[in-house]
Amino acid sequence: MDNKTLYTIIVHSENIAGLLNQVTAVFTRRQINIESLNVSASSIKGVHKYTITCWTTPDIVEKVVRQIEKKIDVIQAHYFTEKEIFQREVAMYKVSTPEFQSNPEASKVVRRASAHIVEVNPTFCIVELTAMSNEITDLYEKLRDLNCMLQFVRSGRIAVSTSCFERVNEYLAHREERYLKEQKG
Amino acid sequence: MAKERITGSEALMRSLEHEGVKTLFGYPGGAIMPVFDALYDHRDKLNHILVRHEQGAAHAAQGFARVSGEVGVCLVTSGPGATNTITGVADAMIDSTPIVVIAGQVGASLLGTDAFQEVDLVGVTQPISKWSYQIRRAEDVAWAVSRAFYLARSGRPGPVVLDFAKNAQTELTDYEPLDVDFIRSYDPDPETDPKMVAEAVKLINEAQRPLVLVGQGVELGNAQEELKAFVEKADLPCGCTLLGLSALPSDHRLNKGMLGMHGNLAPNVKTNECDVLIAVGMRFDDRVTGKLETYARQAKVIHLDVDPSEIGKNVRVDVPILGNCKRTLALLTELMQSHKHTEWIDSFAPYAEKEYEQVIRPEVFPGKGPLNMGEVVNAVSEATRREAILVTDVGQNQMMACRYFKFAKQRSIVTSGGMGTMGFCLPAAIGATFGCPGRTVCAFMGDGGLQMTLQELGTVMEQQAPVKLVLMNNNYLGNVRQWQAMFFNKRYSFTPMMNPDYMQIAAAYGIPGRRVMEREELEEGIREMLDTDGPFLLEVCVVEEGNVLPMTPPGSSVNDMLLELDC
Repeated sequence: MDNKTLYTIIVHSENIAGLLNQVTAVFTRRQINIESLNVSASSIKGVHKYTITCWTTPDIVEKVVRQIEKKIDVIQAHYFTEKEIFQREVAMYKVSTPEFQSNPEASKVVRRASAHIVEVNPTFCIVELTAMSNEITDLYEKLRDLNCMLQFVRSGRIAVSTSCFERVNEYLAHREERYLKEQKG
Repeated sequence: MAKERITGSEALMRSLEHEGVKTLFGYPGGAIMPVFDALYDHRDKLNHILVRHEQGAAHAAQGFARVSGEVGVCLVTSGPGATNTITGVADAMIDSTPIVVIAGQVGASLLGTDAFQEVDLVGVTQPISKWSYQIRRAEDVAWAVSRAFYLARSGRPGPVVLDFAKNAQTELTDYEPLDVDFIRSYDPDPETDPKMVAEAVKLINEAQRPLVLVGQGVELGNAQEELKAFVEKADLPCGCTLLGLSALPSDHRLNKGMLGMHGNLAPNVKTNECDVLIAVGMRFDDRVTGKLETYARQAKVIHLDVDPSEIGKNVRVDVPILGNCKRTLALLTELMQSHKHTEWIDSFAPYAEKEYEQVIRPEVFPGKGPLNMGEVVNAVSEATRREAILVTDVGQNQMMACRYFKFAKQRSIVTSGGMGTMGFCLPAAIGATFGCPGRTVCAFMGDGGLQMTLQELGTVMEQQAPVKLVLMNNNYLGNVRQWQAMFFNKRYSFTPMMNPDYMQIAAAYGIPGRRVMEREELEEGIREMLDTDGPFLLEVCVVEEGNVLPMTPPGSSVNDMLLELDC
């Protein structure tokens, strides 16, 4: 299908073993390839945050998000287009120190990309870059072409929505309020 | 209440009793022995039904749950005991049936070592259950059981699996009963948007040709009266899904029959003529919608459901109404105007007459020739004054039973809808007799399905479960044969089936039975079955190459039903 868009899906869940499996199974069932996945603690105690990117259609992403949200221990799931989020990836480039130093172009490339050199020793240097996905790829290609690359690793995407607060906070407060009201009623 | 130190197994017994469980279906084995040992002391309160295969336990729990509205419980061992329940778990998931499967598991220290009868049950059941959880410590029993029952019965009901490690069964714990009634990540009754309600009311008020699709959600939400008030106030004709058949009495003037591939002509045709389609607690299964591209495109669609993931899943929805339909139906009824749709409702009649003349009359009152399935079902339905519970297997027997059995009471249909599980009928019917001991349970099955779980005749014998088993024997796997005739040039690849002598089988289990081959004996055979206390097997030899009609062939539109076959 041609009308596929890159979506970022943000999921908040309880921190429970096996939940990742349940979340990714929703994608597997529909044969959707996950482009990147990041799972870590959120700002709320005991709540984990998943940032998942995938190419799909508006219709399918809506259904996927609802099916993720249906999992008992998932608190909320939302999807965003590129415009609706602020997103970054982290990459580390391990380069050979002799090669790196012998070519003045190498450090220029690093500087132009606003990357940092975080470790230097006689054998290798580590360059770190926090940036958009394409910028990370760009730097990788340049360093590779300069023949100094030893190892390369990049993280999954992390993202925050451009709205002011995490909706999940409000949702949890609202849920508890409703429960207490029902108890009294 | 003071805490008391007891074993995990004893805590399970007390937790089950605390949840109000009185009946369980199970089968013992190595990894669940401490639990069965504890059960020995609770036999006066917990009636354990020993099945003959764990699949039978799961289906029996389903049958129990479907007719009673309570949670069905299974108790099985680890490994094969647990995996044998899988078909039932998947079936309960897709048909939203509240069951709790408690399976033994190897001790926590052996987990992950490929120990004897170890299987990753949580991993296996996660995609096909509402929740599955491994209990590794005795102190978690009360919490896990309470959460399991809360999840199984609340919101959109479904199966829950508890994987009970053996060490947790024997270790001691402080026990205190617990009631989980809130999970912050789980909303069993999502809030209803008043704007959507207003919009739905406006659409219903202005509708010229409204049609209501009644699903099992009405029964699950216990909203049968609310549905009746709703459809009567605005004079809304209804079609029922397979699982929603008994949510509205069959003879209600607004009940226009069954939806779907082998449903009634009028509600199917009218689906593509209505201007407002109101779906209540149903999920637009492909067997109901036929070709989606042409399904109700002319109509505004209002969808009432408790499960947000159902909204827009298959059919685009104009107005979603989230929440338990007991609440939302009452809300709509209160706000909408009374209405009459006489002309529209009258327009169903010619289709009903056409179906009657071309399909129903020849099926139910053929007069001569071999017996028909529809004829048998109709005769049993009339003989039980439409008050019995219908349990079916899957295939032609199911479609015929659901087409021709009539319902006066709610929660009267038990059939495997979404999964289409052959072999479901016999154990589910056993479960139904325990779920509603006062009611007659009629179980219709074919020769294929009966043999898939035939071993449960042993359970029938031991429990003297009063199931009225109607075997409609055509010596074929009839539904597949019908499709082979229609779409595979009558190449009957492995659908003719050699049958045993079922009367001898019944006799071996001490179950009274009778074989009916002629029309003249049918009524008497049914009478004998119903007059016999306890179980009875009525084998009716029906036409071998009978077809279920009408039929919407796969990929066709709902209004393109075939009334006859040219093969």
